[in-house]
Amino acid sequence: MTKNIMIVGVGGQGTLLTSRIIGKAALAEGYDVKISEVHGMAQRGGSVVTFVRFGDKVFEPVVEEGCADVIIAFERLEAKRYSHFLKKDGVLIVNDCKIEPMTVVIGAAEYPEGILESLSDKHRVYAIDGAKIAKELGNSKVLNSVVLGFGASHIGFSEERWLDTVAATVPPKTVDINKAAFCRGYNFK
Amino acid sequence: MIKMTAHGAVCGKVNKMAEKTIMLGNEAIARGVYEAGAKVSSAYPGTPSTEISEYLSKYDEVYTEWAPNEKVAAEVAIGASIAGVRSLCCMKHVGLNVAADPLYTFSYTGVGGGSVFVVADDPGLASSQNEQDTRMIARAAHVPVLEPSDSGEAKEFVKYAFELSEKYDTPVILRTTTKLAHSQSAVELCDRVEVADKPYERNMKKYVMMPASAIGRHLYVEDREKRLSYDAKALLVNRIERGSSKLGFITSGVAYQYVKEACPEASVLKLGLVNPLCPELIKDFVGSVEEVYIFEELEPLIEEQVRALGLKVHGKECFTVQGEYSANMLRKVIYGKDEAVFDKQDAPARPPILCPGCPHRSVFSVLNKLKIHASGDIGCYTLGAVAPLSVIDTTICMGASISALHGMEKARGKEYVKNWVAVIGDSTFLHTGINSLVNMVYNKSTATVMILDNRTTGMTGHQDHAATGKTLKGEDTYAIDFKTVCEAIGVPRVIEVNAFDTAELERVIKESVASDTLTVIITKSPCVLLKGQKFPEVCRVDADKCKKCGACLKIGCPAMSKNSDGTVRIDETMCNGCGLCMTRCKFDAIKKEVR
Repeated sequence: MTKNIMIVGVGGQGTLLTSRIIGKAALAEGYDVKISEVHGMAQRGGSVVTFVRFGDKVFEPVVEEGCADVIIAFERLEAKRYSHFLKKDGVLIVNDCKIEPMTVVIGAAEYPEGILESLSDKHRVYAIDGAKIAKELGNSKVLNSVVLGFGASHIGFSEERWLDTVAATVPPKTVDINKAAFCRGYNFK
Repeated sequence: MIKMTAHGAVCGKVNKMAEKTIMLGNEAIARGVYEAGAKVSSAYPGTPSTEISEYLSKYDEVYTEWAPNEKVAAEVAIGASIAGVRSLCCMKHVGLNVAADPLYTFSYTGVGGGSVFVVADDPGLASSQNEQDTRMIARAAHVPVLEPSDSGEAKEFVKYAFELSEKYDTPVILRTTTKLAHSQSAVELCDRVEVADKPYERNMKKYVMMPASAIGRHLYVEDREKRLSYDAKALLVNRIERGSSKLGFITSGVAYQYVKEACPEASVLKLGLVNPLCPELIKDFVGSVEEVYIFEELEPLIEEQVRALGLKVHGKECFTVQGEYSANMLRKVIYGKDEAVFDKQDAPARPPILCPGCPHRSVFSVLNKLKIHASGDIGCYTLGAVAPLSVIDTTICMGASISALHGMEKARGKEYVKNWVAVIGDSTFLHTGINSLVNMVYNKSTATVMILDNRTTGMTGHQDHAATGKTLKGEDTYAIDFKTVCEAIGVPRVIEVNAFDTAELERVIKESVASDTLTVIITKSPCVLLKGQKFPEVCRVDADKCKKCGACLKIGCPAMSKNSDGTVRIDETMCNGCGLCMTRCKFDAIKKEVR
C-alpha cells in the first residue's frame, strides 16, 4: 500500500527540506520512495507543493486529487487550496499562520475568513501554531521542525527514526534545537 | 531499474559499499555522466536542467563550466568530442533553440568522443515561456533521443547515450521533463569507467562541413537513422510489458509511471529510444492488443508516426497537448472515473512575486511612477509584469528586450520610445542581449536600455556568470565589467546607478528617455538571496502616524500587509530593511531600525 504525503506552503517556507526529511525517513524504513519537488519561478513567494510517496513499489512521483493520506500545510490559505487532494479520511495538518498573497494585499481578492472551521467540517484537521513554539524555543527558524514533528506523528515510524533523520539532514550546529523543535511538534496534542 | 550491462552498455562495477540512495533526476544524470567517464561539460542555467551542472561540478574528474549561452555550451561540447573525449552540454528546451545551429550540423559531422545533449522540457510551464517539445527538433536534426522515466533510468540512460553516440557516430539527446528532473527516486551507484581519449586525425570530409563534404555526411545521416531504427527492436531500453490483450499503451518518460499507476493490468510498450522509432516493434505491439493508446506529454510525435504506419490507435483526441499528464487523467479516459473525492476550493491566487528587498522592485517602482513601459526579458524581473508594479509589457525570449525595443523605434520613430525602456538582467545580457545592443549601436538607436545587475543568475537559483568573478567550480576568474563592455561597443552614454537610490534613478531615467542619445543605465545592487549578506535592519510602521493611505503597498512587497484597522504592518521575519517602502510614505510613518 502506497502512502501519499503532500507538503504545501508559500515559496521560501522550507517545504522542500521538509519533504526531503520525510522521504529520507521512509527510505531508512526500507520503502521505495519518490519525492517530487518545485524549483524555479514558483519558489519566489508563490504557492508551492511537494509530494512524498512511499510503499513497496512507487510509480507516479506526484500525489493526485483524492489520494493524499496526509497534507502538511505551512499556511492556512494553502491548506484550503490543496484540501481537495485529501482522501476521504485523510489528515490535514495546518501550521496556523496567515501570509497574504499579493492579490489580497493590493485589494484584488479577499483572504477567506474561518478557513480552519470550514475545513474541519469535511476533513480531519489538526492545527498548530508553529511560530509560537519556535519562538518559545528561541529560534524562529525551527518552525519547520515543529510542523514536521506534528505531521510526523500522523505519518507513522518511530520517534527515534524521525529524530535520526532530522539530525542527519539539518546543519550540524542546529541539530539539538531542531530535534527539540521536532519533539515539541511530535508530542503536541 | 534496467541493468544496461545486459546489452553491452558500459556499467561500471556496482559499488557494493554504497548505500541505497535516492536522487533528484538531475543529480542522477550528473552521476551517470561521471560514471560514463565524460571529461568536459558546458551549460547555461535553465529550469529544469540547472542542477545537472551544479551536481556534476562536484566531481573533480569532469571539467564543468557555465557558458554565456547554450550555443556556446554546445560548441564547447562539440570541440571536446572532436578532441576525442566524452562530452556533455545541458540546457532547457528553449536553450536548444539557441543551440540548434550547432546541433543540426553536429548531426552531420558526428562525434569523436561520445557527446550527449541533455535537454529538459517543461510541460505545464513550471518556469518557462513556452511548452515546445524537444523531440520535434531532434527529429528535424535526425538526432537520436533517449527518454528515461525515473532517476535510476536517467543515470543508466545517460551512460547508454554515450555508447550510442560512439556506436552510431552521432550526438545523442537525453530528453527529460520537469517531473523527472525535479523528482527523487532510487539510484544504484556504480564506479566511474575511465575512457581512453581517441587519437585525433584530421578528417576534412567528416569535420569540415562545406558543401562537398556535407553532401556525403547527409547521406550518412540518412543511413544512420535507418540502421538505428532497425536496431531499435533489440534495444533493451525499448521493452514490452505483457498484460491485458484488450488494453495497451505506447508511452515513454514520466508518462510511463502514470500508466503503471492507473492501469497496472494493461500491456505497455515502453519506449526508451523515442527517436527514431522502430516500425516493426510498434506494428507487433499494436497487432497484439485490441485497443492501444499513445500516452505522450506535449506533441503527438509518436502518435503521428504510428498513424503513418496505417495503424489504428487512440491519442490526442483523448489527451491534451498542454501541461503535465497524471494517473487521474488516464483513469478518467479509460474507466470514466477518477480518485477525486472533494471539490476544489476557491482560494485567492498566489502567484510568484519578487522577494522582499529585491532590487528589481526598486527599479520597477520608479518606472511605474514615471508611467514608462518596459520591453522585458527572461529572469526574475519578468515578475514586474504583474500588479501592482505592472511595468513589463513584453517577454519573448532571452535577449529580446533590447532588440524588440529597437524594432519599436524603427517602426514608429524615436518619439515613440520616449516612454519606453528595455530591461534585462546581467546574466541574460551576457547570454544574447549583448548582440542586440551591438545592433542598436550599429543602427543608430536613440532608446534607453537598463541592465539590472544583481550579480547573479537569479531565477534559476543563483549561478555565477562571466561578470561575477567566479567559475562554476568556485575558482576566481576575470569579471567582465558591463560599463566597459558597453563603452567598447560604442554606446555613447553609459550610467551606473545604485538600484535603491530611487531619487537618482528617477532623474537618470527621465533624462535618458527624453534624450536622443542611446543610453545604457546599469542599476547595481546584489540579489537579496545571495549568500553571505547580512540584513541588520528592518522597517517598522508607527501605527499612530500611519494614515492608512496604502501608498506603501503599491510597491508590492510581500512583507507588507494591512491590519484589520487599515494600518500597515511589516513582517519582520521577511523584511530585509531595503527601505523602499519608506520612500513612498508621505507621513514619515515607516522607520528603519536595528533588529
